[in-house]
Amino acid sequence: MIENPQHSSPLFEVRELSCEREGHVLFRKLGFSLDRGEILQVRGSNGAGKTSLLRIVCGLDGSHQGELRWQGVPLASCIDDFHSELLYIGHRLGVNQALTPLENLRWSCRLHDRVGDGEIRDALAELGLASHENLPCRSLSAGQQQRVSLARLLLRDAPLWALDEPFASLDAAGIALLEKLLLRHSRSGGAAMVTTHHVLGIPCLRVLTLGLPQ
Amino acid sequence: MSRVSAAAAFCATLKRDLLISIKRRNEVLNPFMFFLIVVSLFPLGISPEGAMLRQIAAGVIWIAVLLASMLSMDSLYRSDYEDGSLEQLLLSSQPLYLLVFAKNIAHWLVSGLPVIVVSPLLAYMLSLPAAGYPALVLSLLLGVPVVGMVGSIAVALTVGLGSRGLILAVIAVPMSVPVLIFGTLAVQNSLAGASPVGYLALLGAMLAAAASLAPVATAAALRIALHG
Repeated sequence: MIENPQHSSPLFEVRELSCEREGHVLFRKLGFSLDRGEILQVRGSNGAGKTSLLRIVCGLDGSHQGELRWQGVPLASCIDDFHSELLYIGHRLGVNQALTPLENLRWSCRLHDRVGDGEIRDALAELGLASHENLPCRSLSAGQQQRVSLARLLLRDAPLWALDEPFASLDAAGIALLEKLLLRHSRSGGAAMVTTHHVLGIPCLRVLTLGLPQ
Repeated sequence: MSRVSAAAAFCATLKRDLLISIKRRNEVLNPFMFFLIVVSLFPLGISPEGAMLRQIAAGVIWIAVLLASMLSMDSLYRSDYEDGSLEQLLLSSQPLYLLVFAKNIAHWLVSGLPVIVVSPLLAYMLSLPAAGYPALVLSLLLGVPVVGMVGSIAVALTVGLGSRGLILAVIAVPMSVPVLIFGTLAVQNSLAGASPVGYLALLGAMLAAAASLAPVATAAALRIALHG
């Protein structure tokens, strides 16, 4: 992914975004932009609206006011293009319990990209799941299931990552691995939004804190 | 890595859903067993006499099919909603109605088709005269997918609700009533010596309408349910 000089506008931009939940204001007139190579950490106390913000950014939540722009174009008019460039991992992982990691990834990757079984096996091996690829996901631990969903980071060719609490059930090795993946993504020109309380060991990290008095 | 075509995403979704059904055989078998039990209780509860049974045979089979479909549909999008797969489906750049259609077809293959295959056997048990068999099987072949696709809209609308209880049946059954009426009328007509073609044509028209419109409505309903 090489920076395209034609796009002077940022990769993703949020202007005057407000969201209310049942009469309670989560955030008001929020604005930020995300450019290629940038990683944005979204912080805030529980209930501050981190997950809501991420779902709004992904176009999964319509209950908001404000403007969202993908490469300068309003999101509503380029939603399909945007979705083909977006990789979202929510706190619901998108991992079916009855299927094996291999079968799960086959489906979730082939919704977007042409991915071969060999590539999926390599990605699972990189995430330390080589010996688990044929077990049903229900027999895996929470951390291992998280790793199954994170394997998509290696398999999808998406410039924007939106990760909701991706560190939640990972062990120390998993955390180091994910930080490495984020760094690699940002160096190759990708952008990421990550909600987490974890202190990220990533240089040039941008932080957005929700729920501060404005 | 290159982007997939809509057809490849369609096939991937169809394969995945069939695979899940194979791995969760019990969930698939339950509605089927329910169908067998309900139909086989009628001769025991009403009368084993052929003259009585052959009058109600078509209606009994159609009602049992309808109820079994309701039962099987309950789990249609629930596990996908709970494990987050539905979000991934919505975030696909492929048309959502096409992927929904793939899920509908997979659901029909594992829950609709087996019921249709055994229906002649149960019709035999209910002493349905031989003249009624073609109309019964054809009406089920045309009607069951309509019930499935129309029900899929109702499931999609209620997928975000925690405990939906009978809401699904309250929404989906009234929409399936025309199918039930035309299905049984087709069989009754052929028993009376008249042609069932008119009713079968109506069912065929309903199938064409459902196949082209219901996935679009289901896709919209899923977006509404998740935007909640």
